[in-house]
Amino acid sequence: MAEQLYQRDVYGKTLIELGKARPDIVVFDADLSSSTRTGVFAKEFPERFFNFGVAEQNMMATAAGMASCGKTVFVSTFAIFATGRAWDQVRNSVSYSNFNIKIVATHAGITVGPDGASHQALEDISLMRVIPNMNIIVPCDGPQTKEAISACAATPGPFYVRLSRPRIPTIENKGEFKLGKAQVLREGKDVTLIACGLMVATALEAAANLAAKGIQARVVNIHTIRPLDAEAIRQSARLTKGIVVCEEHTVTGGLASSVDEVVAESCPTRVVRVGVKNRYGQSGEPQDLLKEYNLTSLDIEKAARAVIA
Amino acid sequence: MTEIRELQEKAKQIRRLIVQMLAEAGSGHPGGSLSSADLITALFFSVLRHNPKEPSWPQRDRFHMSKGHCCPLWYAVLAESGYFPLERLLTLRKMGSMLQGHPDRRTPGVEVASGSLGQGLSVALGMSLAARIDKLDYRVYVLLGDGESQEGNVWEAAMAASHYACDNLCAIIDYNGFQIDGRTCDVMNLEPLAQKWQAFGWHTIEIDGHDMQQIVEAYKEAQGIKGKPSVIIARTIKGKGVSFMENVVDFHGRAPTKEEAQKALQELR
Repeated sequence: MAEQLYQRDVYGKTLIELGKARPDIVVFDADLSSSTRTGVFAKEFPERFFNFGVAEQNMMATAAGMASCGKTVFVSTFAIFATGRAWDQVRNSVSYSNFNIKIVATHAGITVGPDGASHQALEDISLMRVIPNMNIIVPCDGPQTKEAISACAATPGPFYVRLSRPRIPTIENKGEFKLGKAQVLREGKDVTLIACGLMVATALEAAANLAAKGIQARVVNIHTIRPLDAEAIRQSARLTKGIVVCEEHTVTGGLASSVDEVVAESCPTRVVRVGVKNRYGQSGEPQDLLKEYNLTSLDIEKAARAVIA
Repeated sequence: MTEIRELQEKAKQIRRLIVQMLAEAGSGHPGGSLSSADLITALFFSVLRHNPKEPSWPQRDRFHMSKGHCCPLWYAVLAESGYFPLERLLTLRKMGSMLQGHPDRRTPGVEVASGSLGQGLSVALGMSLAARIDKLDYRVYVLLGDGESQEGNVWEAAMAASHYACDNLCAIIDYNGFQIDGRTCDVMNLEPLAQKWQAFGWHTIEIDGHDMQQIVEAYKEAQGIKGKPSVIIARTIKGKGVSFMENVVDFHGRAPTKEEAQKALQELR
């Protein structure tokens, strides 16, 4: 059994390390610091932590003012509020001015679980991807969360980092993390499975099952959705018969759309999308919800067969 | 009182620039630019600690214009202070200009983009809290519109600035009583406005926003307030200084024609 970590635990710990090394790091939260784990930073550096209460719009625009004074501001809340509630503040105050503001949102996707549809962000990647200047990272596990947070702290400009609520399995031997560079986790000549976030582990599981049935699947982790590694997508289109995109997110506007755009423009091939299709989420346990919304390894296998059929 | 007279003259010059640049641009927002001209002229030429030759001097006082559509005023005081040459003002709203229709960081002296209403008090709050972290004694000033105060984000920021006892923060409300669709009291009543700010924990100063003496004293009073932020609620006249623009809602968002500008400049001599 692989190690299972909360990405948010890793985020909190990484923030403390960054806070020690960098006096310009400031952290904001909106009444969710125990859930997002920014609370551990607050304890260590109370003078560099600000809680804004349940007022995400104010928090986001305040980050812009703070960043204009030379600070690197990490802003955290749940994904639905960071990207939906405060979208105009992100667009006009944060990203337009190209500030060093790192929006690290937790509780993304259907696996928020029992809280239900209002809290399950299924459109956050889309909302951030349409904003110029914005960089987007969706780390696939705990250790990659640390790499993502460190990378965005070290890279100028606005970032959106998408984290999950539940523990997720650690993926071994991913190789070096480079911003904007996809990771090929498994080679295969028949079909490519492109995934991000917790769907990477599911895609690997699907690839192993497919191998047992004689289908060789290539697995690519696109952790950076912006800037996108278009070459990795083109390469997959060349090397295999088609692509399955797997994301715990709506199939409109997120990773699947990113892949579709590259494929349609420069390397036409068959793409099948495994994601949420024109639906709100609902209450339930994460594993049951993943089944209900067709986000399991079985669903990926089915899609892979459809691609090469 | 030579200072007051000088500021009044300066404000007249700023109003002339506003009229000239808007007429040249052929579009833009004269009403609110003119109504807050005295407030912002006094701020830039008698209150603000800044150095146009060193725009990123860490100790500088900050100014942010939350009601970004009144940027002709902002651009005029920046140019008149020496942040960029005056002749640039005539490029307002033109393709490739550093003077956009609503402000952004390509203009020297503009620190954060604005234009989408309701966000500027939060921006100023961020600047105020940064001073606390850096142990700097600069002050932060932000201009808001009255119509803008209908945005919920303003009140989120008002609550937070009071919570964090930001006494280096001073908001200025250009209370000209008009917004695009008519009188604020008809479109969405703001009253009782001063009591609202008091209830949010702010020190409130109510003045005539065209009385230079009152304006200068209000800034001084705000500087002396400890433990809470201050708001100057300035009663103003939309389009102030140009008779045919005063209290005419049409001039919220319509530039004067070349002829109207000529007439206006005569009045502003």
